[in-house]
Amino acid sequence: MLPYIGRRLLATIPVMAVVAVFVFLLLRLTAGDPAAIIAGDNATARDVAQIRERLGLDEPLVRQFGIWLQRILRGDFGESFFFKKTVAELILARLEPTLALAACTLVLAVSMAVPLGILAAWKRGSWIDRFVMGLSVLGFSVPAFVIGYALMYLFAIQLAWLPVQGYQRIGDGFGGFIQRLILPSFALAVIYVALIARITRASVLEVLNADHVRTARAKGLSEAPVLLRHVLRNAAVPIVTVIGFGVALLIGGVVVTESVFSIPGLGRLTVDAVLARDYPTVQAVVLLFSAVYVLINLLVDLTYTFLDPRIRY
Amino acid sequence: MRFALVIIAVFLTSVVPPARAETTLRVVMHSDLKIVDPIWTTAYIVRNHGYMIYDTLFAMDAKGEIKPQMLDRYEVSGDKLTYTLTLRDGLLWHDGKPVTSEDCVASIKRWGAKDSMGQKLLSFVKDFQVVNAKTFKILLKEPTGLVLSALGKPSSNVPFMMPKRVAETDPNTQISEFVGSGPFVFKKDEWKPGDKAVYVKFDKYKPRGEAPSGLAGAKIAKVDRVEWRAIPDHQTAINALLAGELDYIESPPHDLYPVLKADANVRLANLNPLGNQYTFRYNALHKPFDNPKIRQAVMWAFNQEDFLKAVIGDSQYYKVCQSLFPCGSPMASTKGFEGGLLVESNLAKARQLLKEGGYDGTPVVLMHSTDLAVLANLAPVAKSLMEKAGMKVEMQSMDWQTLVSRRAKKDPPTAGGWNAFLTSWVAGDILNPVMMGFLNASCDKAMFGWPCDAEMEKIRDQFARETELAKQKALAEASQLRLVQYPTHIPLGQWYGAVAVRKNVQGMMEAPVTVFWNVEIK
Repeated sequence: MLPYIGRRLLATIPVMAVVAVFVFLLLRLTAGDPAAIIAGDNATARDVAQIRERLGLDEPLVRQFGIWLQRILRGDFGESFFFKKTVAELILARLEPTLALAACTLVLAVSMAVPLGILAAWKRGSWIDRFVMGLSVLGFSVPAFVIGYALMYLFAIQLAWLPVQGYQRIGDGFGGFIQRLILPSFALAVIYVALIARITRASVLEVLNADHVRTARAKGLSEAPVLLRHVLRNAAVPIVTVIGFGVALLIGGVVVTESVFSIPGLGRLTVDAVLARDYPTVQAVVLLFSAVYVLINLLVDLTYTFLDPRIRY
Repeated sequence: MRFALVIIAVFLTSVVPPARAETTLRVVMHSDLKIVDPIWTTAYIVRNHGYMIYDTLFAMDAKGEIKPQMLDRYEVSGDKLTYTLTLRDGLLWHDGKPVTSEDCVASIKRWGAKDSMGQKLLSFVKDFQVVNAKTFKILLKEPTGLVLSALGKPSSNVPFMMPKRVAETDPNTQISEFVGSGPFVFKKDEWKPGDKAVYVKFDKYKPRGEAPSGLAGAKIAKVDRVEWRAIPDHQTAINALLAGELDYIESPPHDLYPVLKADANVRLANLNPLGNQYTFRYNALHKPFDNPKIRQAVMWAFNQEDFLKAVIGDSQYYKVCQSLFPCGSPMASTKGFEGGLLVESNLAKARQLLKEGGYDGTPVVLMHSTDLAVLANLAPVAKSLMEKAGMKVEMQSMDWQTLVSRRAKKDPPTAGGWNAFLTSWVAGDILNPVMMGFLNASCDKAMFGWPCDAEMEKIRDQFARETELAKQKALAEASQLRLVQYPTHIPLGQWYGAVAVRKNVQGMMEAPVTVFWNVEIK
């Protein structure tokens, strides 16, 4: 197992290198000049040129890339063009809200989707099955920001049960923390509930017809242990795969959800940095997201060995 | 089921945090605060931050007159070559040290190295002379009317006073210490870009004795704390205001005004009576706009109402203004704009001018910014009116930041350059021919568009030297007359934006800049 993990970790290096080159070039090829944005609308061409020089943007592209690469290899992501803070500081400050939102969304999605998927499979063809699959289609079809605004209107404006926006750090009180996460997590979870519920249903249906399930029922086991012990465990591999895939998709989802609910996380940082052409920040955040993506895939692969003893690396 | 819902509702209600402190004003500004040096950048959000924590020697009152602010008095010598400025008693920096003449001289020098009006002023200055801790002199090479108007200019870059050790920072390097002498103190430790910027009341601030007026008079902080929250989504910010999670939104979009008006706890208020001016900017370097006749043709083809209706819509928030300088400001005049110019499109005259100018069908590359609601609909109107006059227009859509970087390019339009774009100016930035950046026609040294006209430059120079208001007005009119002959840009009318506040927020100042002194929560 350990050599396998080592090989997989080594394989991330070329992946990250490709991402680094791609992001660097893509940003430089995108129209827009961070120096002009920093200087403001009333600035003269001379002001803009001075800022370009100070930021090192007047250097040839190859040299800019070389400098950035050297820094990255030393673990230095550089300083944001705008915030007068290091990119590492910015990312650290934004990590908690994003992790909290992602974790809350994942818990909510899995705890809703897996039972719904099992229920739909168990009651295949019934109104429950059609209802769950109908919800699933709806979840896929409605964008997260629309769901977000609808939830905001109902629960924050009309009923005044929950706050409209914002984030409270967990250290400042758990009540306020969780209260501010409910709406964004639910808005973000809907699409994952749809995705996971469908896969769970399909996977469970496949196992429900297996011989060992028939044997378990023949032994006189009631439906609950059959479903949970014999069906779900054997249907788990595709479900875990889709949950892992969902975690990677969450990275994209938080960008929209954090903007709608004004959560100062990595998603908002990414949007702000892209709009302001803050190259060091965008480069670092994209690299971070890529690393997370690769690691989640690795974790999912490792989880298979626990769920299915036949799988060995 | 119903019981369970009730339990959930009770739980959620119980975890709502306790009522906020009465004296915290929660605000959403037009943009997030990312940079905090108001001399280093001209961005309006940084200027507004400057007004929170710094003070100015002079300030513009509600009538547009320049009044002493940090100064107790100022005297002008008989030959108008020496200005003696004396600071008020009791002015303190936020670190408790007294404000001195040396601080002010260093601040003026740093500002004068960056700001275009400051550079013009410093070109007249022979020397600064510190008389004592509270008095200093500005010695001029020749008389100029710019001393008060430049030191009291309301908008970017504003000559904010900073401690000498801070003001001695290279003007092209951002300051790293944020000590001012204004009514609020910046809480650097609580500043989280992308989340919030926090200001607290400066207890030792000594306000003037006069009533507050515009940016002048007594600056009294009536709330203990002001929080600028970063909420980039307009709809979310408005929902938060309606739900009572915010007190103040600086610039809600016009299309959401009806939602705000419908709520009994919220009101809209126009705090900037001069508003803003839409502007069409030509690039004088390239065909067809290198020819003044063709620029005149566009001027005659345009009418302000079409632009204003397309973007603002509600006539309560716009005004057709047949003047180069903002209507309601001291230099406003209709001279030269007679015959319906800018009020009604005169397409026959436009076609005649195109013919006289020898327009050969060269397409106009018109940059269209799509992401800012207050600008997005302008370019399609300009395209339509120019086409009606017989011009070919190639409208290219892009986001504002792309436009900002592209407009700096002098390349021909076929090689990534441009012919025209539309923008908006805060009225406080364009009050006279020297302040109005687009009137600068000094060729390569001019702003993007690079008009080149010795006659216009002569008028601007005369204005800078003139000290009498009546003669300044005459020169402003002369610049307007010259604009009709040699158009550098076209004013397309005034528009106003309202701030949205909870009804218990009172005392907001009418001024060209959003400021928070005198504002209270009742």
